[in-house]
Amino acid sequence: MYVAVKGGEAAILATHERVAEARRGDAAVPEISVAQIREQQALACARVMNEGSLYDADLAALALKQAQGDVIEAAFLMRAYRTTLPRFGSSEPVDTAQMAIRRRVSATYKDLPGGQVLGPTYDYTHRLFDFALMDEGAPSVMVGPDPTISGREGASSTTAAGDARVEPEHDGLHAPLDARMPRVPDILGAEGLMEPEVAPEGDPRPFDLTREPVSFPADRDVRLQAMARGDEGFLLGLGYSVQRGFGGNHPFVGEIRVGEVSVEFVPEELGFAVDLGEITLTECQMVNQFAGSKDVPPQFTRGYGLAFGHSERKAMSMSLVDRALKAREFGEAAEYPAQQDEFVLYHSDNVEAAGFVEHLKLPHYVDFQGELELIRRIRREREARLAAEPETLPEAAE
Amino acid sequence: MTAPTIDRQRWMAILARASRAEIAELVGPELPRHELLKAPETGTVMVEGRAGGAGRRFNLGEATVTRCVVRLSDGPMGFSYALGRDARKARLAAILDARLQREEATSPLHRAVSDLAARQAAAHELASRKAAATKVDFFTLVRGA
Repeated sequence: MYVAVKGGEAAILATHERVAEARRGDAAVPEISVAQIREQQALACARVMNEGSLYDADLAALALKQAQGDVIEAAFLMRAYRTTLPRFGSSEPVDTAQMAIRRRVSATYKDLPGGQVLGPTYDYTHRLFDFALMDEGAPSVMVGPDPTISGREGASSTTAAGDARVEPEHDGLHAPLDARMPRVPDILGAEGLMEPEVAPEGDPRPFDLTREPVSFPADRDVRLQAMARGDEGFLLGLGYSVQRGFGGNHPFVGEIRVGEVSVEFVPEELGFAVDLGEITLTECQMVNQFAGSKDVPPQFTRGYGLAFGHSERKAMSMSLVDRALKAREFGEAAEYPAQQDEFVLYHSDNVEAAGFVEHLKLPHYVDFQGELELIRRIRREREARLAAEPETLPEAAE
Repeated sequence: MTAPTIDRQRWMAILARASRAEIAELVGPELPRHELLKAPETGTVMVEGRAGGAGRRFNLGEATVTRCVVRLSDGPMGFSYALGRDARKARLAAILDARLQREEATSPLHRAVSDLAARQAAAHELASRKAAATKVDFFTLVRGA
């Protein structure tokens, strides 16, 4: 049993001051603004929105600033703030087929309707430092070989003569993308080769794990909600384990799409759908190998991932684990961690996990005193027993 | 759905996407006399997705939303609902919603909203053109040929 402690107020107040100082760092360096974090650290903000389970880029940026860039602490701030807000209701389900596409790739079809759109991606970068980014005050976005890595000895300024970089020139020359791009699994679905994805009878309201306790086995809506707010690193590790044989799926990326989607909400007092604006989403549809039965011919099976912001690694990991968690539905043996819903759902929430792991550093003096007394007593009893036993030992040996 | 409702949905969507400064410009320097029926309030809406994009509904996570309801002194009620936490924007947008319902479709305010919509569409199109610049044709190489 945990026994509380009291006291230490002055020390705790002082530690808040130390935190504020540590957060600010060297006062000679200009302070970072929330808007700068929102605009220039957007991928970190996306992660905080996902794991904090609250879409608000300004708040995610504030959380990152306040938490000194600690993503889990920032997610905790988002979760705590969320509990102070009333919930107006639930949106209409977002329609990712209507997404304003910024990126859309498929590993299964090279020629797909609407085309492959790389968008902004690090996939085809060399992972070499761009030291030009250390040079503040460069006027705008520049691309091309960085002079600091293209052989000019001692060149440190990007604006010096000899800079081969140019402003981007690929804008506006191209026709806009198709207004509607079909989701790749739907193309396979039209041929009947893909496990169909249809709403159950009556299109029921989804389970909400923030309102009701989860029980097992958990349905797919519960699993998807838990993974959407789950830790990216944990899901990445589980997804990786599936690929390496601890789960036995052989997946292809049917499609990844990133872009903006409208959120619609029907206020009771209005009675019609109001478009609240757009959010950025990343969707991943994983195509996995077959399942079939006596009644159903072999079909590809699906794994699905959806995340706030541009969060490809998260959406991909989620879709791998989503498929692994369908083991029971397909009659597969659930032998590995990624296939076990109770294991995945109970350990994917990093705010809960951090709370339980990190509470160990708080005072446990009374518990530990109890343990100390117990071990001392056991040792005293053992010594007493050994002291009494020497004469009996030879007899026992005979 | 009636035609006036469809028009109203359209302008509410445009206002939801506009910045506070853009909305303030539409309202003009002087606010019309109005009563706050529901002061600006920030809450959340649970965003739902569908498994596989088309299947079972699930809760993706919440989003912040701010709403406001006003009544102009000469009658009509105006609503605003938009993502984010901007209370001032919510109040101004609700005033605009009330005015837009009252005014003829050819009024300067309606025209200004149409201009705003055109700017939003142009921004979308530019983003789409930029994305189109990254369209790629992969080709497969035959090994051992």
